[in-house]
Amino acid sequence: MCASVKYGSRGPALIPRMKTKHRIYYITLFSVVLLGLIATGMFQFWPHSIESSAEWSLDRRSVHDAPLVRIPMSSPIPERGDLSCRMHTCFDVYRCGYNPKNKIKVYIYPLQRFVDEVGVPISSTGLSREYNDLLSAISDSDFYTDDVTRACLFIPSTDVLNQNSLRIRETAQALAMLPRWDKGMNHLLFNMLPGGPPDYNTALDVPRDRALLAGGGFSTWTYRQGYDVSIPVYSPLSAEVDLPERQPGPRRYFILSSQTAIHREYRVELERLKEENGEALLLLDKCSNLSQGLASVRKRCYKGQVYDYPQILQESSFCVVLRGARLGQATLSDVLQAGCVPVIMADSYILPFSEVLDWKRASVVIPEEKLPEMYTILKSIPHRQVEEMQRQARWFWEAYFSSMKAIGMTTLQIINDRIYPYAARTYEEWNNPSVVKWSSVNSPLFLPLIPPRSPGFTAVVLTYDRIESLFRVITEISKVSSLAKLLVVWNNQNKSPPEESLWPKVTVPLKVVRTKENKLSNRFFPFDEIETEAVLAIDDDIIMLTSDELQFGYEVWREFPDRLVGYPGRLHLWDHEMGKWKYESEWTNEVSMVLTGAAFYHKYFNYLYTYKMPGDIKNWVDAHMNCEDIAMNFLVANITGKAPIKVTPRKKFKCPECTAIDGLSLDQTHMVERSECINKFASVFGTMPLKVVEHRADPVLYKDDFPEKLKSFPNIGSL
Amino acid sequence: MQARKKYVLLGLCTCCWLLLYYWGGLQERLLGLLTHRRGEVVRPWPNWLDRDLLPGYADQAELQNAGGPGDSPRQRRQSWAGIYKDSRCRMDTCFDFARCQGQSSFRVYIYPPEKGERVSESYRKILTSVVESRYFTSDPREACLFVLGIDTLDRDQLSTQFVPNMDERIRGYPLWNDGRNHVIFNLYSGTWPNYTEDLGFNVGQAILAKASLNTEHFRPGFDISIPLFSKEHPQKGGERGWLVRNTVPPRRKYLLMFKGKRYLTGIGSDTRNALHHIHNGKDIVSLTTCRHGKDWEKHKDARCDHDNQEYERFDYQELLHNSTFCLVPRGRRLGSFRFLESLQAACIPVLLSNGWELPFSDVIQWNQAVIEGDERLLLQVPSTVRAVGTDRVLALRQRTQMLWEAYFSSVDKIVLTTLEIIKDRVNSHISRNKFMWNALPGGLLVLPEYSTHLAHYPFYYLNLGISPGQEFTAVIHATSPLVSQSQPIMKLLQVVSKSKYCSQIIILWNSEKPPPHRSKWPPMPVPLIITDGRRKTSSRFLPNAAIETEAVLSLDEDTVLLTSEINFAFHVWQSFPERIVGYPPRSHFWDPVKKAWGYTSKWTNEYSIVLTGAAFYHRYYHHLFSHYLPSSLRALVDRTSNCEDILMNFLVSSVTHLPPIKVAQRKQYKEMPILQGTKMAPWANPEHFTQRQECVNTFASWFGYMPLVHSQFRLDPVLFKDHVSVLRKRYKDLERV
Repeated sequence: MCASVKYGSRGPALIPRMKTKHRIYYITLFSVVLLGLIATGMFQFWPHSIESSAEWSLDRRSVHDAPLVRIPMSSPIPERGDLSCRMHTCFDVYRCGYNPKNKIKVYIYPLQRFVDEVGVPISSTGLSREYNDLLSAISDSDFYTDDVTRACLFIPSTDVLNQNSLRIRETAQALAMLPRWDKGMNHLLFNMLPGGPPDYNTALDVPRDRALLAGGGFSTWTYRQGYDVSIPVYSPLSAEVDLPERQPGPRRYFILSSQTAIHREYRVELERLKEENGEALLLLDKCSNLSQGLASVRKRCYKGQVYDYPQILQESSFCVVLRGARLGQATLSDVLQAGCVPVIMADSYILPFSEVLDWKRASVVIPEEKLPEMYTILKSIPHRQVEEMQRQARWFWEAYFSSMKAIGMTTLQIINDRIYPYAARTYEEWNNPSVVKWSSVNSPLFLPLIPPRSPGFTAVVLTYDRIESLFRVITEISKVSSLAKLLVVWNNQNKSPPEESLWPKVTVPLKVVRTKENKLSNRFFPFDEIETEAVLAIDDDIIMLTSDELQFGYEVWREFPDRLVGYPGRLHLWDHEMGKWKYESEWTNEVSMVLTGAAFYHKYFNYLYTYKMPGDIKNWVDAHMNCEDIAMNFLVANITGKAPIKVTPRKKFKCPECTAIDGLSLDQTHMVERSECINKFASVFGTMPLKVVEHRADPVLYKDDFPEKLKSFPNIGSL
Repeated sequence: MQARKKYVLLGLCTCCWLLLYYWGGLQERLLGLLTHRRGEVVRPWPNWLDRDLLPGYADQAELQNAGGPGDSPRQRRQSWAGIYKDSRCRMDTCFDFARCQGQSSFRVYIYPPEKGERVSESYRKILTSVVESRYFTSDPREACLFVLGIDTLDRDQLSTQFVPNMDERIRGYPLWNDGRNHVIFNLYSGTWPNYTEDLGFNVGQAILAKASLNTEHFRPGFDISIPLFSKEHPQKGGERGWLVRNTVPPRRKYLLMFKGKRYLTGIGSDTRNALHHIHNGKDIVSLTTCRHGKDWEKHKDARCDHDNQEYERFDYQELLHNSTFCLVPRGRRLGSFRFLESLQAACIPVLLSNGWELPFSDVIQWNQAVIEGDERLLLQVPSTVRAVGTDRVLALRQRTQMLWEAYFSSVDKIVLTTLEIIKDRVNSHISRNKFMWNALPGGLLVLPEYSTHLAHYPFYYLNLGISPGQEFTAVIHATSPLVSQSQPIMKLLQVVSKSKYCSQIIILWNSEKPPPHRSKWPPMPVPLIITDGRRKTSSRFLPNAAIETEAVLSLDEDTVLLTSEINFAFHVWQSFPERIVGYPPRSHFWDPVKKAWGYTSKWTNEYSIVLTGAAFYHRYYHHLFSHYLPSSLRALVDRTSNCEDILMNFLVSSVTHLPPIKVAQRKQYKEMPILQGTKMAPWANPEHFTQRQECVNTFASWFGYMPLVHSQFRLDPVLFKDHVSVLRKRYKDLERV
């Protein structure tokens, strides 16, 4: 741009003296400028095109095509991991930055084959199948970025899952050679088998500066809480063997020990337990007569009897997972897959993903010293809890253990939760299996509060053009002592509301809001004018409610601020013949809905109705001009898991003036339509959230033989 | 001229074209990149041709072998104790579990204070809490845990409460044993200018219950981080949280606020010095003052005067009430009073205190109640809190209140939580899970000895998506001997056993006479169990292994009820399993003349108690009654043979914060005493009534507040006394009462 301006200003001055020679000169100059510009342009875009195409788009390649990198002998070795590292000291948050999606960006280094000076590779296996699966999963996920400058977390492609196959010093050097290593800052290493004989360290021995370690088999002394991530030891068996989920319940054996490498001291203890408790215990060991090899991995024996592993795990309620030389055991994964409750005896072991998973609900952790008491401890657990644990164990496996992908994603999610703690997943999201997530409720208004009587409630009257009736309603409601404000929702676009002087004189503020469209859902809009928590939704023809009745309704709402509190109740029933739901307005002994022609509820539900109503229910209601009350009942019941409260004997909204309207609602088609609504909503919600109860709320002294004038609510109305 | 024009035109065209190339081309380029990325799947990690040939990361046999059986476990345990001590302490290596075995496994002993020993107000409260807890023992031999008699709360050498020569004095304790099984409470450590975590004496293997703990020094699973509390913090009960209603939209006048000291030098000054940057005078109010300490003017900088002026304009209490979020930055130490203050005020804390191990972090899920900020990212805080949605604000705010009331509102709660966490570690297989600690009503009210299964508690049905069971157990409290077959209890047995929801009846025999022979009781369709109450009134609420149902129907021997009344009440209870649901209502009130609580049995428009002479409740409350309440209150009940029902109401209301539920019309649940009768029923005695007045006051003082809550409604059947055919009514009998 700069250049072009220059040209433009200079051009006119040169042109008058132009000759043929000059013309050539001029054209040359022009071309030079042009070429220069193009060159600058290319240069500007150059860096972008390098990374995205050259390295990665070559998809179909062999691992052996990865570039070979020679590590010089003198290449620097990182420091050993610093045990005092925490996110705020060893992790650079600035790289992650503020991000509206609250998602970290992860970069994976391209695969390289590191060899030492004489050409010997640093790892005996190179890239393993599992690590490849893990990296592919990450690169396919939302976390991945190929832009190294925007990454917050870096994952080396050097496979360190199994320390035994590594040359420690050279691996460390290879890590330090990574272009963004920078003292290991924001680097994440995955390791499942740390340490080696004879002392089996519980964390990877490769010096790694400040890199985070996702390790299988941490002990409490090597695990840097809030920094490292404890991961499971992946069991490749789970990919080979398909164990279908079994219903939780009692199993053939009570306790099963299937591990092959158990220290003699513990095996003696287990055998003693077996002697004491007989058939309830099954103690398996290696099969001595089978030839070594793959077969032996899938077989276990007890006194010459051969059992299939891991299938046998499904035959027991509890499965022992004892520590070996290593703390982390692949057996744990097999046990969980079988839906067997693991009995974990490995002192100081940091359980996989213990930062977010509540292992007390899926396993029994017993100190090694208490092994002799194992049977008594397990027997004391209630049956129903064992069943829940079995289900939970299986769920943990499915969600967090079943594949390298699951393990990788969980690890990244945990780190993500630390960096964006305000967007972290909740306990329920981590720990509740989908069955429970589906049926359980976490009410948004969960705190038990009885709000104070003041500042009262706001009455929201939806009206179209029945002015006379509306004015009567206003006059009637204004007698209620806790009324704070009247809000008239004027739903008629063709007609203006009457002049201010014509409205009845009331002591509380009265506001009229005009709507843009004549929609039923306008009555549930969270108007800013509603300043109280409590809302009384009322139709413009409800004049039969006494002020005692309304005040009492408000008092009851205060004790149930998370429910709909209304007058006439309705019921849904299952029609066996038709095989669908039916709406019932007859005089029943039960209630599952209250009409919102007059009902108290929390303003929060207005917000939910308007912005969070599932599916197309809101549009359906507006299109059919019906069932907004049923929709509201569904919404509240679904989110709170609670039934509405019907107050006072009132069964119908009936008044002499409004027979015409009532005539309509008595119509048979009306009932059919209402039933249809219930079926429609139930299918949108995917369940029937409504709860049926047999009670209604009356004043304490209702119909009691007691002086009327001493009663708080003497005039409670009739049917 | 023509040529000139031509060239100018050409030149201009070129310019335009170039401009287009730069801007348009750039866009096209970006567009290309974007569509390229979305359109065809680019696999950044190659789909290796030979991926199926890749080796497994470990040999399967090797995996199952897990490195072999390893060392001898016995030897390992021994060597651990030598290696992992002091700063590397864990329960496994620094705690003597052997001391905590046996029947009453978890007992806490306090060393007696030495003569002339001066103990600070806060430490006195801590000691009182331990003494009054159910774990206290005065016998060091049966103790599992030891608490020092010396005040260790303030270890700032410049403080007046600093106790010198700690090392020497501790060595004088015969049971010190290098601190094993000891717990040391501390609020302040270190001194100006560095405020280190050093307590100034050798803590050894003792568990630290310390405020402002740093994650680096924190021994996970061993130490316990406690909140910093002031010396005015109440001993028991404690103020409730300030949240009385959930306003929608939930945002308050101010978005974020801070008002406090700015340190000009020394540790913590980095954070505090920067806070004024986010102040915008509108919805974010961040005020700092330099005016603190004696010689502040010496270090005064250019901002001070302006800041001090602005500082005076806002009132801290007003800000606390009217702010959605409250900044809780580190002070000299990591924790500050502000944390508890904002928690109580339902002002969502935004923490700026890197490395602070949050209070009771072992068990509390703080990310559901606070926003954990990062001191390094102060300038991001405004946009972070602005992005928090409506639902999340509502949830965070309610959770601050839940945590405040469950664990922090009194010294008692803080100390008990500390002890319970240690107890959960000692009996790890009978302990609370994270859910119990974080759901209402909080971990202190969940006794894992009762059950570790969530579905066995009355609070979690909705969270688990299940409903309470379909049967109940009736427990009849019998005090008078069986003389005739027309006694009220006989009729009651008939009525109860007729209910289709009744699974069994237990008669708690509390009469002076021995229980009658089996044959004296009428034959019944449900099992009948007679247990001996040993003539203690509190035995009524003893956990009875025979009760297998969740619902308990508690009855007096002379209760008059109909079967349909029982059925109806049971249905209502199923909707409110955490409350007491029953018939006879009573009420408490504040008597301004006597300046005491009063108790009334008169008919009133409201009630706060439902007597357990005819009421349903969850069997877990038996357990709470017998194990959570102090023995002194149960002793009072036994001594007076009275008030057990009031105490039960206190207990349940303190758990739920809600009133009990009265069902249907019946209030008089007993037949009027026959005047000529030889012996008057105890409840008709006027002295009995005065006792109950006293009970209400005694109970309120133990709880530290009045937990009872009034209710203004009762629950009737839907068609109760309606003018419709009785044939339609399911509970028509109720109308005859």
